[in-house]
Amino acid sequence: MQQFLNVTLTGLGQGAVYAAFALALVLIWRSTRIVNFAQGAMAMFTTYLALTVIEGGQSYWVALAVALVTGLVLGAGIERLVIRPVEGGPELNAVIVTLGLFVALQALAAILFGSTFQSFPAPFDLRGFTVGGVNIAFTPNSIYIIVAVVVVMLGLVALFRFTDLGLKMRAAAFNQEVSRLLGVRVGRMLTLGWALAAGVGSLSGLLIAGGSLVFPAYMDAVIVYGFVAAVLGGLDSPAGAVVGGLTIGLLLSYVSGYLGSELVALAALVILVAVLLVRPQGLFARTAARRV
Amino acid sequence: MSELVSSSSSTVSTGTLEISGLTTAYGPVTALDSVDITAERGQVTAVLGANGAGKSTLLRTVSGLVRPAAGQVLLDGTDLTRAPAEAIARAGIAHVPEGRGVITELTVEENLRLGALLGASRRRTEHNLARVYEMFPALAKRRRRDAHVLSGGERQMLVIGRALLSGPDVLLLDEPSLGLAPRIVAQIFGLLRELVDSDGVTVLLVEQNARSALSIADVGIVLNLGRVVARDSAGALAADDGLRHAYLGF
Repeated sequence: MQQFLNVTLTGLGQGAVYAAFALALVLIWRSTRIVNFAQGAMAMFTTYLALTVIEGGQSYWVALAVALVTGLVLGAGIERLVIRPVEGGPELNAVIVTLGLFVALQALAAILFGSTFQSFPAPFDLRGFTVGGVNIAFTPNSIYIIVAVVVVMLGLVALFRFTDLGLKMRAAAFNQEVSRLLGVRVGRMLTLGWALAAGVGSLSGLLIAGGSLVFPAYMDAVIVYGFVAAVLGGLDSPAGAVVGGLTIGLLLSYVSGYLGSELVALAALVILVAVLLVRPQGLFARTAARRV
Repeated sequence: MSELVSSSSSTVSTGTLEISGLTTAYGPVTALDSVDITAERGQVTAVLGANGAGKSTLLRTVSGLVRPAAGQVLLDGTDLTRAPAEAIARAGIAHVPEGRGVITELTVEENLRLGALLGASRRRTEHNLARVYEMFPALAKRRRRDAHVLSGGERQMLVIGRALLSGPDVLLLDEPSLGLAPRIVAQIFGLLRELVDSDGVTVLLVEQNARSALSIADVGIVLNLGRVVARDSAGALAADDGLRHAYLGF
């Protein structure tokens, strides 16, 4: 029983990070129909910037703010300079460009920050809570991670549901031509979408790094699991991304806890194949729109 | 919804749309060949012609979705020929595209809000949501539903209502009668005429359904293979048997 509880709580903490990463993928997919393979590398890059700020003597929170802001700027800049020229062409072009960015950013990070392992501080205690004299695998830092992801998700839902800007962003994502005829500056909405996605991605990078080691490829596993989570959630739905992330976190945690940690990557692959076979539109896909 | 001070139509803009020498080509195919049309404020100008006559291309070029090879589009003397579509919409030309103008993934009300947002940014709020719902009670009943549940006629009402909320000086309508029952067509056209008479908008109406279009139009223009082949008052065109048989098929 205690092991089950521990495995579940660990899975929730991990799942929250996958959820944040999946959320970033979904934000870009919704608006530009591009799977951004550079998302992890962008997050890694801003996490290194945050680490530099922390090593410069600033607090974790200053570093978090720096990472989020540079994430927003990096996302907007990449959309404008790198993605815009290949938008509207074959979809594969943009995907290959994001793969190229992924490799380039990882190489650049190795040059600028070194390729050795560096430890990244956590803002909260990494020792588990004690309940009835038993130490459980749920730490104050896990609570911080879950709260941060939930706050970001609620913020995004509020933006898209209740604000004029969110309405324009959704309109631009669903139907560019009609949006332009309604005076929506579609290009700006796409840039904003990339900026928001990169900001959320930066957050996931910092959350996974907290209390752990960073190196230029430390996000690679998260990219894979975050992608599986996004596909499970349907790629189009922010809520689906969060549910998908938590589900993947829990499932992988059970696999690791009961079957063996060497099977985790294999299990992720099995889940991905199963989702694509059984329900390729994901758990949260909308009903297909009737076209007249 | 922000209630901006309603700046009435007494502003300098009068909504005269002047199209001169407009030529549009898709690769080697010339879809529009040196077309001249002037649409006046408070009038319905009907552009008629068969499939492939260049009617939709005409509207898509005016609204900036397609770049012309030559020619000019002026709104009250301001050159909009090479402006991006979103800037042309902001300048006051509302294009209601054929069939696909509804964003089906958004709710009815969200679709309308997009029009109202454009209207607010143009400081035109003579139409508000309440007035559109009054005009189209069918939309009011489904305001919270996704727009893909709407029937063809309701979609047409939605896109017209949305265009009105943007407070346009010029309304470009592409085949509003397409696929609708005659009774609905009569209803929509009747409403359009009322709007033109009460608000004084300029309407450029593109139609295959020549009889219905001429019944509410002031001026008729016949396009054939991208060229203007006839131009007259709507009544005269409807009475011209030779022209009707040759180009309009009724």
